[in-house]
Amino acid sequence: MSEKKIKNVFVEGPITPEKIASSIAHHQVKTNIGAHDIFLGQVRADDIDGKTVQAIDYSAYEEMANNIFHEIREETFAKFDITCMHIYHSKGIVKAGEICLFVFTSSAHRKNAMDACRYLVEEIKAKAPVFGKELFEDESHQWKVNA
Amino acid sequence: MTLELKYLGMIAEAVGKQEEQLTISVKTVEGLCDYLITEHEQLKNHKFKIAVNHKLVESNFLLNNNDEVALLPPFAGG
Repeated sequence: MSEKKIKNVFVEGPITPEKIASSIAHHQVKTNIGAHDIFLGQVRADDIDGKTVQAIDYSAYEEMANNIFHEIREETFAKFDITCMHIYHSKGIVKAGEICLFVFTSSAHRKNAMDACRYLVEEIKAKAPVFGKELFEDESHQWKVNA
Repeated sequence: MTLELKYLGMIAEAVGKQEEQLTISVKTVEGLCDYLITEHEQLKNHKFKIAVNHKLVESNFLLNNNDEVALLPPFAGG
């Protein structure tokens, strides 16, 4: 395990398109990069038993989640030849249509960036202790579970 | 021993609290789970994993005084 500082992945509320745009802009000075890949998770307005999901209220076991994100990050750097990666996950309320997960990988060539991005997203979904309460229009709710 | 219990997501909703300090005489995670299920019968209907001091553990894991034990329902990140 590296000595690198454990970053906080969580952002209060939705991840804005402006944040994503500015993150892309920050990479323009890194001219050894030839390819980026981005995954954006968006809250879906699922219809469940005649009710529609309006938002997801995300919560997490934050300290463990940040440790897990750190481990996933280190494993990804070890597996793929990438220049950098960024992960942001929402906590609190994210409305249908808004972004709740932003994963950004960069590399000299496309294959590593794309493979690393896919690997990160699958690992995050399987291993991060993040929980989502799907809120319906009538103020009822159900708990989301990853497939 | 005294344990710091953390309840997350639908487990917090099922037991009606997010955390509690519990003084109990048990050795393993399994012993603790048996106690918690008698205390909160509704936990029987839930799947959960256990993390001790932020690491996932198996049911035979030996607990120590002051451990932080979290009950984690199925994950839903992303």
